[in-house]
Order: sequence, then structure tokens, then C-alpha cells
Amino acid sequence: MSEQNRYELNKNLAQMLKGGVIMDVTTPEQAKIAEAAGAAAVMALERIPADIRAAGGVSRMSDPKMIKGIQDAVSIPVMAKCRIGHFAEAQILQAIEIDYIDESEVLSPADDIFHINKREFDVPFVCGAKDLGEALRRIEEGASMIRTKGEPGTGDIVQAVRHMRLMNQEIARISSLREDELFNRAKELQVSYDLVRFVHDNKKLPVVNFAAGGVATPADAALMMQLGAEGVFVGSGIFKSGNPAKRAAAIVQAVTNYTDAKLIAKLSEDLGEAMVGINEQEIALLMAERGK
Amino acid sequence: MEIGKPQIGVLAVQGAFIEHERILKSLGAEVFEIRQLRDLDRHLDGLVLPGGESTVQGKLLRDLGLFEPLRKKIAEGLPVLATCAGAILLAEKIAGESRTHFATLPAIIRRNAYGRQLGSFFTENEVAHVGIVPQTFIRAPFFESVGNEVEVLSRTASSNTTDAPERIVAVRFRNQIALSFHPELNSDTSIHRYFLGLAER
Repeated sequence: MSEQNRYELNKNLAQMLKGGVIMDVTTPEQAKIAEAAGAAAVMALERIPADIRAAGGVSRMSDPKMIKGIQDAVSIPVMAKCRIGHFAEAQILQAIEIDYIDESEVLSPADDIFHINKREFDVPFVCGAKDLGEALRRIEEGASMIRTKGEPGTGDIVQAVRHMRLMNQEIARISSLREDELFNRAKELQVSYDLVRFVHDNKKLPVVNFAAGGVATPADAALMMQLGAEGVFVGSGIFKSGNPAKRAAAIVQAVTNYTDAKLIAKLSEDLGEAMVGINEQEIALLMAERGK
Repeated sequence: MEIGKPQIGVLAVQGAFIEHERILKSLGAEVFEIRQLRDLDRHLDGLVLPGGESTVQGKLLRDLGLFEPLRKKIAEGLPVLATCAGAILLAEKIAGESRTHFATLPAIIRRNAYGRQLGSFFTENEVAHVGIVPQTFIRAPFFESVGNEVEVLSRTASSNTTDAPERIVAVRFRNQIALSFHPELNSDTSIHRYFLGLAER
């Protein structure tokens, strides 16, 4: 199969995930709870971001055996994270036939200059971005799906909101440029003219764009969807809360009917304790600053 | 509402529904999204069940109270175009699983039948009544067997290996058209035109 066909198929899988919630899980049991609650896919990892943050130290790709256990437990797509620039970890994830690789700032970066050349891979990649330049650079490298970086493991939505708004503003600005101004914009963003041209003509990214980082409640999910996210990743927000199954199902419904405040009000009742969370001013490590 | 335009509801609880909407609008249909029960108050000439995750769609259909009203309409003959996850919702039996959803299509379907994302493929092949169409398979199902009254519209082999067997990937039973692949992901509109032909009758 041609490289172009494979890339199209990988972008297509992200299209199928739209309007869905992708949930972080650490065990096959959690994966089954997530699937039953309506997760469109699960992200298999040994520790959720909140615990990575608490434990400190170097954080790496998860044990393949643990990931395979989750692949066996559910029928929905299974994603897993590798470190930024760690193409050997990505090769391992491809070897166990993962459905999507997240080249993620949540793990400790393996390379402080180069991201993975994702065009070399047959499996798809999702990457985080906090502005349009980062998003287009990741797409140029072969990412077939983008998510906001947010600030993982905090339960604080402010960064995801900031990243989504900034991306939308930059897309709007490119759409309003004259055609002869696009060449310079491409130079400023350090990406090819063709990508900038696509954004100019279509007023959107050429791949699906999800929200991630800090989503903890149905209202958070509805906020991100109204700001233009095409779906939502929920990391620590579910299994760090009092009633994971109920909260997960409520977030799934909120993403489908994100403008129906009456319904979301009902969904938000009696969810038990939300994850405690930390404000961005209180944390020493800003994961969103990893990988530009 | 304009007289004469077919009114097509697109199930929009999760998945790739916007792609269907775009094509149907370009063909002159009036399109609306079905996200909750009140969306079913209006007249329906046809229904699209899009791709996505069938587990998610099946759960949301029930949680949002859409399941029984839609099942009844399909069973009573409402024209349906179902792609991938949508076809799984229609099948009377899902291989290896005890649960079913609408179960209005006498067929056994197998989920993720070509394996994980690495098994996804693109090809072009004949669909009866329609002609040669692009066929995009994403973690796709296929039909293991179909009932006597079900017409097989297309049999296709995976393009990932040279000796892959041909599988049933498109069927029609009365007014239900069910496909393993995604006609909404390509610019070819012939499958949607075929469906609108049923809805306009």
C-alpha cells in the first residue's frame, strides 16, 4: 500500500473517533469500565498523569505486556504513549499493533530537538499542540490527529482552553490573509506552504483536533466542544474521581449533547467527588512546555 | 421545509456523521442531526447510521431514549444507509458477542474482522446497482453470512495481502443498505444517490 493511502486511512480512523471520549486506563478492569461507560478508545498507560506528576522521576513507555492485556480486554481502539523523539519506543508499539501512538509530553522527552519522523510508520500518531505552529509541525512530521496539550494530571482546564482558543484565533487569522502573504506565514510557522494553504482555504486543520489536559467534569467537556474540539481525551479526571463509571458515562453524554445545558445539568448531579486537582500556579513542572 | 426535498436524519451521537451530511446536502437532501429524542419529532424520509464505535453509539442510543423509537421506524421500513458501526447496529447477530442492537437485518456480522488499525485498507470494487466505487475500510467489520432474503451487493478482498479471501461487505435487505466500508470518506457520491433513490420513493 502506498504511504499516502496509509496516511489517509490513519486520518480516517481519527474521523471515526470524533464526538467521542478517549479515556486513560491503567488496567484491563479499568479498560472494561471505560468501554462499558461509552469510551470511543482507551489510552493504555502504567500511571495516569496525576500519578506521574506525584511520583516524579523519568516516565517512559508502558510495559508492552500491560498494553496487550488491555488490547485483549476491549474491542475499541487502544492507544499508548511513547516519549517525544523516542522512535524505538514507537517501533515497539507498532510491533504490538497498537491502534494509535501518542507521542506525548506527559512522558519525559527522549529528544529535546527532534520529534519522531512519523511518516516512517504505518500506525497513526496523535500529538499535542498548544498553538497552530506546533500543530502544523507535528502534521508535517506525519501526525494524523492533534490534541491540545492542556496541562495533564492537574484537573485544571485553563491550559486546554488557552491552547484551543489560540489555535482557533491563529486559524482565523490565516484565513483572512491575502494569498501572497501565506508564504511568509509558512516561514514564520516553520512549515510548508501547502499546509498553510490548506488552513487558509478550509479554515481548519487538515486532521481531527481533540481537547486534552485537565478535563475533569461534564461541563469541562462541553466547554471544550463548544470551543471547537472534535472530541475529548480524559486522563486523570475519571479514575482519580469518586465514581469513575458514572462520571465517565456522564462525560460521554455531555460530549454528544454539548450545547444542551439542561441535560448537562442533570448529568452533573451526584457524580461524587471530582479529582482534587492542582492549579497551574501551584506546579513546578509544566508538561505543556515539552516539545515545541 | 421545501416541498420535494427528501428529509434525511443522520444519527449524530458519535462518529463521522458530518461527512455524510456534507454529501447528502450536496445531492439536494434536507439533512438534520439526531442527537436526542426531540430530534425525532419531525418527518423522516431516510436515516443514516454513520461510522464510529458501535459500542458507544449503542450505549448512547439507549441512554438518550432513541433506541426503541428508531428500531421501530427501521423495522417498519424506513430507508436506512448504515456504514461500518451503523451496519453493526443493524445486524441480527454479532459474531462472538451475545449483545445486539437494532437487530433488524438478518445477517451475522464480525466486528474488527480485518484486525486492528494496521489491517485497515483502501480499494475500489463493484457494488451492485451502483457500479465501481472507492471502498475505505477502517477497523472494519464484514458479514459472515446473510439471510435468504438479503441481497449481497459487494464482495471484496483486503488489499493488504495478495491472497486475501473475498468477504461480503455490502448488503441490502428491504429498505436497509448496510456497508462495511465508508463511502462518506471519498468524493464519490453514487452510494448516497442510490440511498436517496430509496428515500425519495
